Amino acid sequence: MLGGYIGPLVILLGGIIPSAIAARLLGRLLRISILLSLPIAISVVFVSVFTRAGTTVLFAIGPFDATLEGVDFAGQVLVRLLVLSTALGLFGLTTDPRALVFDLERRGMSPKLGFAAVATVEAVPLMIERAGVIQAAQRARGLDTEGSLVARLRGVLPLIGPVLLSSLTEVEERSLALEVRAFGRPGRRNLLWWPGDTSAERVVRWVLVVGFLGLVIARATGLLPRIP
Amino acid sequence: MLELRSVSYRYAGYAKRVVHGVDLVLGDGEIVGLVGPNEAGKSTLCLLACGLAPASIGGGLTGSLVIDGQPMTGRPVHELAGRVVLGFQDPTTQRSGVAATVFEEVALGPMNLGLPVAETVARTRRALATLRIEELAGRHPGRLSAGQGQLVAIASLLAMGPRHVILDEPTAQLDPEGTRLVGEALRALAATGTALLVAEHKTDLLDGLCGRVAVVVDGRIVLDGPASTVLGDERLEGWGVEPPSRIRLSRALAGMGVDVAAALAR
Repeated sequence: MLGGYIGPLVILLGGIIPSAIAARLLGRLLRISILLSLPIAISVVFVSVFTRAGTTVLFAIGPFDATLEGVDFAGQVLVRLLVLSTALGLFGLTTDPRALVFDLERRGMSPKLGFAAVATVEAVPLMIERAGVIQAAQRARGLDTEGSLVARLRGVLPLIGPVLLSSLTEVEERSLALEVRAFGRPGRRNLLWWPGDTSAERVVRWVLVVGFLGLVIARATGLLPRIP
Repeated sequence: MLELRSVSYRYAGYAKRVVHGVDLVLGDGEIVGLVGPNEAGKSTLCLLACGLAPASIGGGLTGSLVIDGQPMTGRPVHELAGRVVLGFQDPTTQRSGVAATVFEEVALGPMNLGLPVAETVARTRRALATLRIEELAGRHPGRLSAGQGQLVAIASLLAMGPRHVILDEPTAQLDPEGTRLVGEALRALAATGTALLVAEHKTDLLDGLCGRVAVVVDGRIVLDGPASTVLGDERLEGWGVEPPSRIRLSRALAGMGVDVAAALAR
């Protein structure tokens, strides 16, 4: 029964948590990861515990039986979810998106793909800022955006159109402005800088590659069991 | 020299033309102002003059864009980048969004041209120096005032090394201080010998900066001539263009019976 937990826990406790401690980001990482995975985790727990067929019934709520098999399944999914969210969170917290994109571009990736990736990350705060401005304008014209949950939800709807439309307009003008600056020119660019690649980073990278291949092999050969 | 020859244009998806048979010349080192009421076609002329219309935004064009005697109509915009560039109204939308410093932002264009790093750095420094904004080099482009942001946007264009710069209402979203900063920057830019076409509502900015001014009304150029003549033309207000404050003041004084020329002579 514990077999389904070993692989993810090895990755979590042996790789992600020590790395987060070394980067002094454990607290932030846990907060972000829990926030990221909480909505899915709640639904997984409910669906798994109460709907998974099993022989050992722990307790019942109305027509729904909570089974030991369901709890085990939920636990295995949750630990994998935690591994995914902490790994993504650690990546986001420790990686400068520009450095990642420049490095990928240096290794042959199209600058357009890189731009799309970085611009997406950078666009989020701009959209939030614009939504704030539009919300203030709507409130000045009498829209109620405070009070009960229903009132707040009602206040969100009039924001969606203006935020989306202004974002689309901005994207169009931004793409024209970039085109004027030869962004569409084919061929390689000579980058002003690229992130350093220390020997320690190279070692960690190879360890991760070998570890990843090891896990794939262990999984394929049955050394690591699958979720039942 | 940049020329629009008998250019007519309609936007994609529209049957109606917004520019009708326009001839416009921007000579080497010349500074031309473009004035007109809202919806007159100034922005469209800017898009046509830098090749974005129709190459990037589609639409139907007759006539041609000619730069230094070579027809450029329909060429990809990046092929025109070293010859002509366009700056927009909003400094925010001109930011690439991928640069962490003003220096990187300004360097993006030369970098896109595939220039060697040393040349990119040299051009970037030169552009920042021309607009006297070297002190902004280390700042984040997203944390500048609107005026500073517009200067960075213009420096980003200048770093491309174009011989013609087109600016579509560069001060439209700026406060008086921002407008003053951009005005000074345009004078500095003009001093480098770069040809400038500036579409602008604020005729005070064009007065004293431009050698020539063209008036656009309903997609047609209705008047084109020396700035002092055009900006002082009696018909300007009828076309929806406010004359510079210098002209309005002298007219108001003349209306009160004050002989301005004689007063100035005294």
